[in-house]
Formats: sequence, C-alpha cells, structure tokens
Amino acid sequence: MSAADSTAFAGRAPIDGGRLVSTLGLLAGVGLLIVFVAAPLATIFIKSLQDDFGAYVGLANFAKYFSSAGLIQSIFNSVEIALVVTVLACLLAFGYAYALTRTCMPGRGLFRAIAMIPILAPSLLSAIALIYLFGNQGMIKGLLFGNSIYGPIGIVLGITFYVFPHVLMIMVTALSTADARLYEAAEAMGTSRWRAFWTITIPGARYGLISAGFVVFTLTITDFGVPKVIGGNFNVLATDIYKQVVGQQSFSMGAVVGLILLFPAIISFSVDRIVRRKQVAQLSARAVPYVPVPNKTRDRAFLAFCSLVAVFLIGIIGTAVFASLVTYWPYNLTLSLVHYDFNAIDPNGWASFTNSLEMAAWTAVIGTSVIFLGAYFVEKSDGLPFARGLLHMLAMIPMAVPGLVLGLAYVFFFSNPLNPLSGFYGTMAILVLSTVVHFYTVSHLSFVTALKQVDREFEAVSASLKVPAYKTMWRVHVPICLPLIIDVAIYLFLNAMTTVSAAVFLYAPDTKLASIAVLNMDDVGDQAPAAAMAIMIVLTSVCVKLVQVVATGSLLRRTSVWRRRDGH
Amino acid sequence: MNMAAKRPALAQSARLSPEPEAAESDVFLEIRDVCKRFGDFSALADISLTIERGSFVCFLGPSGCGKTTLLRSIAGLERQSSGRIVQDGRDISNLPPSQRDFGIVFQSYSLFPNLTVNANVGYGLVNQGLPKAEIAKRVQELLELVHLPTSGRKYPAALSGGEQQRVALARALAMQPGLLLLDEPLSALDAKVRVDLRHEMKDLQRRLGVTTVMVTHDQEEALALADIVVVMSKGKIEQVGTPMEVYSRPQSAFVADFVGHMNLLRGRIGADGSVRIGEQALSLDTAQVPDRASEVLVSFRPEDVVFRGLEETAENRFLGYVESIDFLGSFSRARVRVDGFEGEAFDADLSANILRDFGISEGSTLPFSLPRDRLCVYPGDERTAGGRAQPAAEAGA
Amino acid sequence: MGTVAQTFGRIAGFAAVATLAIGIEAAAAREKITVYTAVEPEELTGFAEAFEADNPDYEIQWVRDSTGVITAKLLAEGENSPADIVWGLAATSLLMMADRGLLEGYAPAGVDKLSPALMDKQSPPRWVGQRAWVASLCVNTYEAEAKGLPMPTSWQDLLKPVYKGHIVMPNPASSGTGFLDVSSWMQIWGEDMAWSYMDGLHENIGIYTHSGSAPCKMAGRGEYPIGVSFAYKGAQLKSDGAPVAVIAPSEGLGWDLESFGIMKTAKNKAGAKAFADWSVTEKANRMYNEAYAVVAMPGIAKPVDNFPENIQDKMIDNDFGWAAENRKRILEEWEKRYGSKSAPK
Repeated sequence: MSAADSTAFAGRAPIDGGRLVSTLGLLAGVGLLIVFVAAPLATIFIKSLQDDFGAYVGLANFAKYFSSAGLIQSIFNSVEIALVVTVLACLLAFGYAYALTRTCMPGRGLFRAIAMIPILAPSLLSAIALIYLFGNQGMIKGLLFGNSIYGPIGIVLGITFYVFPHVLMIMVTALSTADARLYEAAEAMGTSRWRAFWTITIPGARYGLISAGFVVFTLTITDFGVPKVIGGNFNVLATDIYKQVVGQQSFSMGAVVGLILLFPAIISFSVDRIVRRKQVAQLSARAVPYVPVPNKTRDRAFLAFCSLVAVFLIGIIGTAVFASLVTYWPYNLTLSLVHYDFNAIDPNGWASFTNSLEMAAWTAVIGTSVIFLGAYFVEKSDGLPFARGLLHMLAMIPMAVPGLVLGLAYVFFFSNPLNPLSGFYGTMAILVLSTVVHFYTVSHLSFVTALKQVDREFEAVSASLKVPAYKTMWRVHVPICLPLIIDVAIYLFLNAMTTVSAAVFLYAPDTKLASIAVLNMDDVGDQAPAAAMAIMIVLTSVCVKLVQVVATGSLLRRTSVWRRRDGH
Repeated sequence: MNMAAKRPALAQSARLSPEPEAAESDVFLEIRDVCKRFGDFSALADISLTIERGSFVCFLGPSGCGKTTLLRSIAGLERQSSGRIVQDGRDISNLPPSQRDFGIVFQSYSLFPNLTVNANVGYGLVNQGLPKAEIAKRVQELLELVHLPTSGRKYPAALSGGEQQRVALARALAMQPGLLLLDEPLSALDAKVRVDLRHEMKDLQRRLGVTTVMVTHDQEEALALADIVVVMSKGKIEQVGTPMEVYSRPQSAFVADFVGHMNLLRGRIGADGSVRIGEQALSLDTAQVPDRASEVLVSFRPEDVVFRGLEETAENRFLGYVESIDFLGSFSRARVRVDGFEGEAFDADLSANILRDFGISEGSTLPFSLPRDRLCVYPGDERTAGGRAQPAAEAGA
Repeated sequence: MGTVAQTFGRIAGFAAVATLAIGIEAAAAREKITVYTAVEPEELTGFAEAFEADNPDYEIQWVRDSTGVITAKLLAEGENSPADIVWGLAATSLLMMADRGLLEGYAPAGVDKLSPALMDKQSPPRWVGQRAWVASLCVNTYEAEAKGLPMPTSWQDLLKPVYKGHIVMPNPASSGTGFLDVSSWMQIWGEDMAWSYMDGLHENIGIYTHSGSAPCKMAGRGEYPIGVSFAYKGAQLKSDGAPVAVIAPSEGLGWDLESFGIMKTAKNKAGAKAFADWSVTEKANRMYNEAYAVVAMPGIAKPVDNFPENIQDKMIDNDFGWAAENRKRILEEWEKRYGSKSAPK
C-alpha cells in the first residue's frame, strides 16, 4: 500500500456518530422514563391532595382515610395476609428448594418444572380453582372443616400458589451457593447434621431468605386478582383502591390508597436491594459446590413433601381446566367446550384473547429493545455520569410501584386533556407502555448484569477502529446477550399475558385483554368461562415457553463454538 | 510485506541513532502539563513528555502511579482535567477517541468473542466499506505478521492466551494507526509465553516503525522492550531515559528501588561533607552528594559489590558477615551485614565462581568493596518504591 | 450474526406490513361507534347485530362493565372519554352525568312515542329511558330443599336466622342492582328503617358481589342458595334449566331505567345519534322486551317467560332525582357500615 493510499484511508474517518448516538440515546432514555414513570407517579401525589373536582384540599383526603375504620381495617387485613403468606410460602419454598438443591430426591428436574407452573397463569386462576375445590359447592370443601374459602383462607391459599415460583427461584439460588468445604469441615469435627443445618445452611442462605420474604410480602400486599375473586367481604388495600375508584368513584381516595400501598412496597424494595447487594458479595467468593450424597430416609421424606406441594400446584391448574370444561357445575357434569365460546358470553369474546396476544407481542418486542438500549446506555456509554445515574435510578422505580398504582397514575396523567400525550389514552400503546414500565426493573437489572460481564474495553477498541459504538453494540453486545434477550422477551410476554393490575384501569373497548376478560366474567358470575379464558392464557404461555426452550437450545448449539468459556 | 514500508527509514533513525547530528528530533506525540483529577485525588500531576516518531516508549510504575490514566488520556478514553496533547502536529486534546489515530491492545485481549479471528482483525476495515477481497487480503497479511496465518476462521475461545493477544495486536494494527497503545498486554500471559511474545512485539514494532506506548508494571519487560522508559510514581514522572540510563543512573531513590534490585542504606552527611553509614565513612564522587541534606540514602546494586582482586587500600573496603544465601541459579544472592553500619544490611550478588573460589557459605566473613562510581546518594530517608523495603534499622532513625 | 439481523429485519418488515394493513383495514371499515354500557354481556351481540343490520355504515364497539364501573369510568374520563354514547346505563348514573354537563340534549326521531315519564324532563332530553330492570330474588330450589330453607316471600323474610350465611347480594357501590335495592328500601321504609333492615340483613349475608347478576348465577350453582339480583337474570337461568325460582318480594321492588345519552364530546356524533334514533324504534323496544318486562314504548310489552307475575304492580314509585343526589352519601354510609365485614364465620 502506498503512502497516498494510507492518507486517503485515514481521511475517510467518519465523524464521531457513536458518541452522538449514545448521548442522544441516554437523554431519550431519561426523557422516556421521566414521562412514563416519574411524571405519572407525581400526578398520584398531586391527586391525593385534591378533591374529585381538582381543587386543592391539603391532607383532607388522608384525614378522611384515617378516620374511616373500614379503610384502616384494610391495612391490618393486608398486613395480616401478607405476613401469613410470607411465612407459609417461605417455609414451603425453602423445603422445596432444599429438596431440589441438597438432596438426591428422584425427579428433581420434573419437580422444578412443576413449581414454575403458576408463573404461566393469571393470579385470578388460582382463586377460581379454589372456589371449585373449597367453595360452598366445592369438591373437597370438607377439608376446610366448615370454614369459608371466601376470605383470608382463600386469599392466603391463592396468593401462596401465585408467589410460590418467585420465592422458590430465590431460595434455590440462595441454597445453590453453599460451599462444600464448610460441610466437610463440620463433618470432620463431628458436628451433627442438625447443628450443621443451623450453623451453616441457614446463615449461608440468610440473604436469600430475607430477600424472598420481602418479595413475597410485596407481591402479596399488591396482588389484586386473588382477593378480588375470592376475598369475599375481607377487604385488603389492593381491592380497596379498586373499590374507591370504581365503586365510590373517588379518584382522590384511590390516590390516597395508592400512596399507602406504595409505602410497604418501597420499604420492602429498599430492604431487598440492600440484601441482594450483600448476597452478590457473598456469591463472588470462591467456593467448592456442594454435591449432595444419597440418604434414603431424607430423600424419601422430601419426595413426599415435594409431591404434596406438586399435587397442590397441579391440582389448582387441573381444577381450572376441569371447571372450564364442565357444562353446568355442580348439576350437569358433562364435559363440553361451551364455556370456550367466548363470543356468545362476552361482547368482546375472542377479541380479548387476540388483543392479549398482540399486546404481549408488542410488549416483548418494544420492551426488550427499549430496556436493552437503556441498560446499554447506563452501562456502556461514555460521559454524562449524571444522566446515566439518573436513568438507572428511574429504572429502579417501577419495581416498587404496584401495578394498580401504576395504572391509576397512568389514568390521571394520560386522561388529562391538557396532556399532549393524552392521545395515548385508550390505545393499545398505553397498555404496552404500562406493561413495559411495570416489568422494567427486573429486565433492566438482568441486562445491566449481563452487560457488566461484557469486556469493558470493547467501546475503546471499536473507537480506535473508527467503528461507532452503536455498530459494535449491534454486532457484538446483542449477539453475546442474545440468550438473555430471549429470556427477557419471554418474561415480558408471559407477564403481559397474565397481568391484570395496571391494565384494569387502562383498557379500552377495542383493547380489552384476556386477563381483564377473566376478571370481568368472574365479576358477573360467569366463573366457568373465566376459567376457560384463564386456561387459554396458560396454554399460550406454555406454547411460548416451549418455543423458547427450542429457540434457545438451537441458538446455543449454533453459537456453542464461540460461547465456550475456556478461552484461556 | 508492504505494510512495513509505511514509515521505513524514519523509524530506524529516530531513536536508535542518538548521534548529535540527528538532534533535530522528530516529535510525534507531545504531552503538555496534563493533569487529571478524580475529586480530590490527583491521578496525573502536570505531566509533560515528548515522544519521538517511531520510538517504543514504556510507562513503568507500580499500580496506581497514573501510567494507565496517562495512556487512556492519550487515547481519549479519559479526558484530562487540564493540559494539552498534540499528536503528529494535531492538537487532539479534546477529540473523542474515534477521531484520534491509534490502535490499542488491552491486557484482557478484548477480542469480540462472537466473531472469528478474521472478523475481529477486519472489524474496522469492514466499517470503512473496503471491498471484501481487499479486506481478506489485508487480514491475511496481518495474521501472517503475527504468525497466525491459519487461524482466521477460528473463534477467539479456541485460541490460547498468547494467540489471542497476537490477534488483538493484528487488529490494533489493521487500521495502520500512527500510534500503537499497549495496556499491560503481556500481564495475563504465562511467563514463557510472555517472553516469546515480548520478542515478537519488539521485532514487529521495529519492522513497522509504528510509534508505540506500552504501559507495564514489570520493569524487566520495560527494560527489554523500550527505547525510552518513563518511570512514574504517584501521578508524576520520576525519570525519562533509555533503559540503560534508568537502570544505571536512577535519578531518584524511587527509580533506583523500582527498577532492578537496589540496596538502599540509610546514611548521614557530616559537617565536613562526608557521607557515613553508621560510623563508617564512604568515599564517593562529590557530584553525587546533595548540598543540603543530612539524612540520605546510599544506593548500589547487588551486582556492583566487588569481592575479587581487593587490595588492602581499596576504597570503601569493609568486612561483611554473610547472614544468608539464596541460590538463584546462575548466581546467588547473599544477605550481608557490616559491623559499624548500624544494623543496615544489603544484598550482594555472588557468581558461582566466587562462591566456590572464596569458599563462601552462610556465616562466612569476608572483605568486599563498594566502587565509588557505583554509589549513588539520594536525599531523604524514605525507601519509597515499596515492596522490598528492608526492615527498618533498629538503631538510628 | 447474520441471522439476528435477518430476524430483526423480518420483525421490522412485519411491523411495517401490519401497520399498513391496519391502516387499510381502518379505511375500508365501517365507522365505529363507541358505546359504554352496563347491559348484560350476553345480550350485547344481538343488539349490535340488529342495529348494524339497519345501519350498515356503522359498527358498534362495546365497553361493558357493571354500572358502578362504567359510571366511574365516565366520570373519571370526563371530557376525554372515548365514549360516543352511553347506552343501557342506570338513569341514576346518567342524571349524575347530566349534572356534570357531560351529556348533550338530543331528541331522537320518534322519541315522542315513548312514555314521557321515563326520560329527562329537559327538552331536548339529555337522557332517554329504554327499559326498566327490576329487583328480584333468585332462590335455588334444590339447595333450599336440601338445606331445609323455607321459600322467602318478602324482604323482611331475609332477616330470619335460618338464612344466615345463605344470602348473597351485590355491592351497591359497584352494582347498579345493588344500589337500586338499597335506594328502594329507603324509599319504601324511610332511611332509618332501611339502615336497620340492612344491619340485620348484613348478619345473614354470605358475601357481597361485584355485579348484580353474580348473586343469581351463584344461586343457580347453589354456591349460595339465595341471591338478591334482578328478575331478568333469574328468568333467563330458569329458562336455561337452572334449579332457580324467581321471587318478587311483597313489599315492593326497586328498579332503575336502562337509559341512553349522547356524550357532548362524542367523536362520532352522527353515529351516536343514529344509534339513539334506532334505540327508540319499536323494533328496539321489542328486543328490550325479550328479556325485560317493562319497556319505554307503551303498549307493546308482552309477558316474559319465567318472570314473576305482575311484576309491574310491585315496582315502587322511584325517584331518580333523589337517588342520584344521594347516591354518593348513601354509598359512603353503606361502605362505612358493611364495607369491611370481617371474614364470614
């Protein structure tokens, strides 16, 4: 190559588009989250200080709330339920996770898969199934010894079903980090198993236990579907917010309950963050993985225990399937598909289901792209440390915001005709946006963690090669993170299929979702069609999960050459 | 290999022929008063430095000395708080990395794991929109240059560490940068591979004549590779010089201690200007003695201690007691203590010959001398380079 | 690598095609009328088909929920509501909306054929009644016999201890039926007596439901043998073969008018008016009559299968104005008294 060539070559260096793109992207990310997270939440605060006609009334709404014995009772009810569920779900999940990680119980893979079932269903499904099992005409209502399923018992059972996989995953992670050397040392010193359990196992998993506890507590206190269906007259905060807005038409009081609901969620969120940070520190220590040895008595005991839990989980789904197929419970037990004829039962009919598919698909595509880009800009962009910090902080907020509160905030913010974005109101777009925002944090954190593991110098290398950072992101970061990108897309899709809480305030005539249809049909007493629609959601989720398994498998096979970790 | 023809004669002459005639030096990179502060911490304090075209410069220093920050400032990966950087006559102080002209290699290789070796090396070329055939040809040339002609279709994970670093080197050279920046490129490699690759890098740099700046904390590497070594400590430049200069004429106790193995003994300057260690006076070149210091460090290298051919009248002749001997292969290093040195001990290198000829073993006592032209005296009493500081003398201080 | 790009390319392409397709579809589609309604869901398809058959240029888009929800939605959305017309919602709720200035006066062609008592007094009327839905009890005869429950014949009967835990009633806050029950008891007995009646009834209630039809459906399944609901739902279930009896309590029956009113902010005002015009036709009124015994057009109603006999005679003299004015206060008091009933024992 001649000298002239090389000059021409150097002269063609492009302008620094990469930095421009990352700066604009970062600012756009901050802007989006301000508009779709911070601003709507701010309107909740404002609304709580106004009466229903928009006049400023100071703390009058709060005074009114706290002078209502009924509403205060809801706080106690919510906390009581949350505490009971926390204890119950944590105990069950701990035993189950212990069996999966620390025993040689047969069928561990199968048990693990069974435990994930509840994630595929809307939370309302468990409540409907429980009514068929334990209601006044329930198949096995005798097991309740005359207690009613409508109320705390039903809520506790229903939510325990729904939170189980969430707790289990945390517990399994916590118990998987055990250091075999500690147990070897204990054994060498003649420590009893019981003592080793309390001095090694429990302390080792303590962050996981605390974290799980707070996750359950938050999920329970903010879940709306289960108490709505099976709560009877037992009021909790989550149903109060719905009743205030829907029944009493009091948006101001709805805002007040929303803020109260925000309170425990924020506390448990903060504790969870602190605890997780410590857990990460603990994980990074080098440890020899614990490999359980067979022990017949123990393994059999855990097999019995896990089978019991699995029967409960499968039983709930099975009951829902049964409920959707029985012609007229309990008088005509012929099986038929009559309850799946949604067009005859509900004016939106099957459209609700196709709406859900559409909404979930958009949520997966848009959510994954936006959240990945946001995480990329937070983690990899150059400069603007304040904007990066702000973006990260804004991305953490949604986890502490219950879906109902988010939905209400969106109503306040986007239905205001003065808002230039009010065109969003009542569209598919607002459902997609609210769902993306609702599940933003978990996806964001996953991407940030993954991107942290990508070599920090790729940006420097590509700048030196005159390749703008966004091209390197596309050619390198995206392929490296592809398995996770698929995971996040599926996570968003499944949640979009099952979520009720934010959407219940936001759906419009032509955007009604399947999960809302379940709620509506249950509301008018059409429990069997509600179960049928819930089963349609489960079937879709199962299919999507299967597609994911196949897609990820083939992806990993194709890229296994470069995904080998033993490069050096 | 037509790539090597890019800066042919220049490179050869610029640094390697230090005759006075060539004094009209060809400055390629000029760093002027560069400061970098992180909050209260000053990572770079007023760094000024010129680097000649085609030279191989090493920034050497312990971790945290600012050498990497300086390298990253040259690349534009860090923005200096103040000061200017001029490369090839162009002020690049405020340019983003993509508008500067450099290739870079990191300790971690930083190869794109999902791309083949060919794609990694051709990464920048593809973006330039060059024809595929031309890219393939140049990538092949580059791979031959780093002795990996057949690895183009492999993925990085299939290569050894040394091979990956060669690919990284080829990639950094692909865009024919005016400046090659190497950030601890050998530190992650095994000792043997490290030495091999070191030779290759030196050879490659000579052939291509590309101005190169390497950051390392390994003084052996710096001395072996560099035309010019820049020793840094605490954000400041301690000394700039050829490896020989830095090794044999360290300008500070820090450099003396950090580069090579150096004995540093606490001493005092008396009223008459003589230098003493404990009660023993030393004779040395008066130019070496600082004007206004009372506490000093007297330095000499272990290999400069003389045992053979000593006459009674030899300068700086003392009797030493051998406390211990470490066998290090081709030579042994003895810990020697001297009566009257107030407990200060030093290391002396003994060849196998001497050990045998003099029958030296642990516990021996024998005479030695410290040649005056080998002694350096630095003000102060702080042995700064860390790591090898001897246990503080019980007496004195 | 290439496949990723291809995949995303395909998604982008798909999105573009989809957007285009939606655009074309919208252009070719009939004009949509967004209708907010509280009419029972299974009836809606029939009404839409009938209207669209007569007005092929329009397509109805239903937004259906319980009376309380639809009312709340409308009041919250206010002038930003996507609704063109509110149809089949309780007159009590439409009165509240009219008070807030959300409804536009419009006299549908042929409105003079309707009973003037069943619409807004202003001219042109801001709301027009369609048909009345009437409170009733649904009793599961099979379960009642099995549990030894006597058949109730009056509201007061429901206070008997024998029914404890066997009665289900809609929450008046969310359900129009629930509210018309409460409002009718107050109009029959006066407020104080009504509250003390409800205090007693509360002791016997199993649960309060969200919607007015749910109690009847629960009674049909025997989940709770006695449901406080409305006549149409019971009659329909009975026709479908559920073991229920529809009973009209002797003291009198609360009722409300399913009515319509056009939104001032309607985007498709022409469509809304077309639907309003259709809704006062004889054809529409005959359709109303298929399920409900009392319709706005006098002289055409025929008895409905399985309806309690002479139900019109038992309907109270309902004061919608009073109900609308006091709705908020009554509901707040109700919520205070019964809203947080602890778990049923």
